[in-house]
Amino acid sequence: MSYDVQAIRQQFPILNQEIHGRPLVYLDNAATAQKPIAVIDAISDYYLNYNANVHRGVHTLSQRATDAMEAVREDVRAHINAAETAEIIFTRGITDSINTIAFGMGALVKKGQNIVITAVEHHSNIVPWQMLCQRTGAELRHLPMNEHGEVVLEGIEEIIDEHTAMVAFNHISNALGTINPVEEILQRAQKVGAWTLVDGAQSGPHARVDVRAWDVDFFTLSSHKMYGPTGLGVLYGKRERLEALPPYQGGGEMIATVTLEESTYAGLPHKFEAGTPHIEGIIGFGAALKFINEVGVEAIAAHEKELLEYATQECSEIEGFRVIGDSKNKASVLSFVVDGTHPYDLGVLLDQQGVAVRTGQHCTQPIMDAFCISGTARASFAMYNTKEEIDLFKAALEKAVTMLR
Amino acid sequence: MATIQERQDVLVEEFEFFDEWMDKYNHIIEMGKALNKMPEELKNDDLLVQGCQSKVWLHAEKNGENVRFKADADAIIAKGIVAMLIDVFDNQPAKEVAAADLGFLEEIGLKDHLSPTRANGLMSMIKQMKFYALAFAG
Repeated sequence: MSYDVQAIRQQFPILNQEIHGRPLVYLDNAATAQKPIAVIDAISDYYLNYNANVHRGVHTLSQRATDAMEAVREDVRAHINAAETAEIIFTRGITDSINTIAFGMGALVKKGQNIVITAVEHHSNIVPWQMLCQRTGAELRHLPMNEHGEVVLEGIEEIIDEHTAMVAFNHISNALGTINPVEEILQRAQKVGAWTLVDGAQSGPHARVDVRAWDVDFFTLSSHKMYGPTGLGVLYGKRERLEALPPYQGGGEMIATVTLEESTYAGLPHKFEAGTPHIEGIIGFGAALKFINEVGVEAIAAHEKELLEYATQECSEIEGFRVIGDSKNKASVLSFVVDGTHPYDLGVLLDQQGVAVRTGQHCTQPIMDAFCISGTARASFAMYNTKEEIDLFKAALEKAVTMLR
Repeated sequence: MATIQERQDVLVEEFEFFDEWMDKYNHIIEMGKALNKMPEELKNDDLLVQGCQSKVWLHAEKNGENVRFKADADAIIAKGIVAMLIDVFDNQPAKEVAAADLGFLEEIGLKDHLSPTRANGLMSMIKQMKFYALAFAG
């Protein structure tokens, strides 16, 4: 069956509106994706019919809420092919997931060891490791980037060595869209016995990941970038790794016994889920996963690839248009500058014409510094975008550039 | 010479000519392009206005009772906005700049139209100009 983008669009009521008198063209999907009716309905259904706190209650509503939430844990497990549901932890987001690991590793990492990231990371996969290194005296290293925005693998043996405790990197760069050579980096890390973490913020909505095929130690996803609610992330960790780490936060839900003197901790996954979880978020995320899988991750990726190629080709006709990050291996992100214009000005004038893009550094200041630019404008595509929208985007961009020059 | 209020009235009249915000932006951009060049050597980090998304440099000096402003920005809409402020405030008595009420920003709808971060940037520019004026007036 061919990809029916109009049928998909009908599932996203928010898209059907005007901004400043023009049809909305939403191209800020790498920041957050819109939510289909199925997700909104799942959240409403929870509050209308079975809102209750989970895990503790013996009453019926509590059991229903617990069952619904735990069913999503199983859906996530299946989605990424984890070995067991205990390895699926619900967090507040990717930032929270990475901080959970970086904090826990503070008890394990010693001076003389090193942590390796790449030059194309989001701040959320830089700062927690800097903090870990400050606490432990470990060294923070990175795999460099070339002029196409690709991670350079030459010299990887010197950077990832027998003293490397952790190699943490993103699957797909949020600022550039580059798909990183995950397997090559993992192989090197695994060879020296380093722990590994892959940040799936940008790959979640566009690629299917099999954590056991990768044999990665930790993998993290963001619900709101996958058409689900905000404020929710997933942290996958291998059981033996999660068991080796101390809990990140203390509180309810994460304990087995508590006296006023000391506590013992609950088993996985609850050890890392202190406090009442984001129940409606988890239930909504379950609906989002189902929705993505019904459309088909491969079909979505193919559609977005077509959009990316079309947008790149069309916009390149604009004089002075420069793609930032022109790797051949990219997903769904078109980061660009136009000579003689400032990205902020482009963003304002595109918005005036109904087109939503991101402008600025995209929480990746080191990448912008490497390209010697103050920021970019970024158009990012999702399952519901169309070629007609890219035509509107291009026309709006041309008009903005004419005004600004 | 026109007072601060008279200069604001002229700006309000200019903007009344445009119905569409794209045209208003175009006018702001043209004002940015027309702003007198700020000497490169003045554009150091000390003169950056804090709280703006883009880089905005603002320089002030005393001219008798009056205060003279020079400014530049790396983004043209920000530059246009600071050009409007300079249009109103440049070479006006420092005391009056410090006490001025900038009603024109509401009358032309700019205050409501800007995103919160940009509106904050605009407020930072005004605050900085008044801060200089207050220092010179005292």
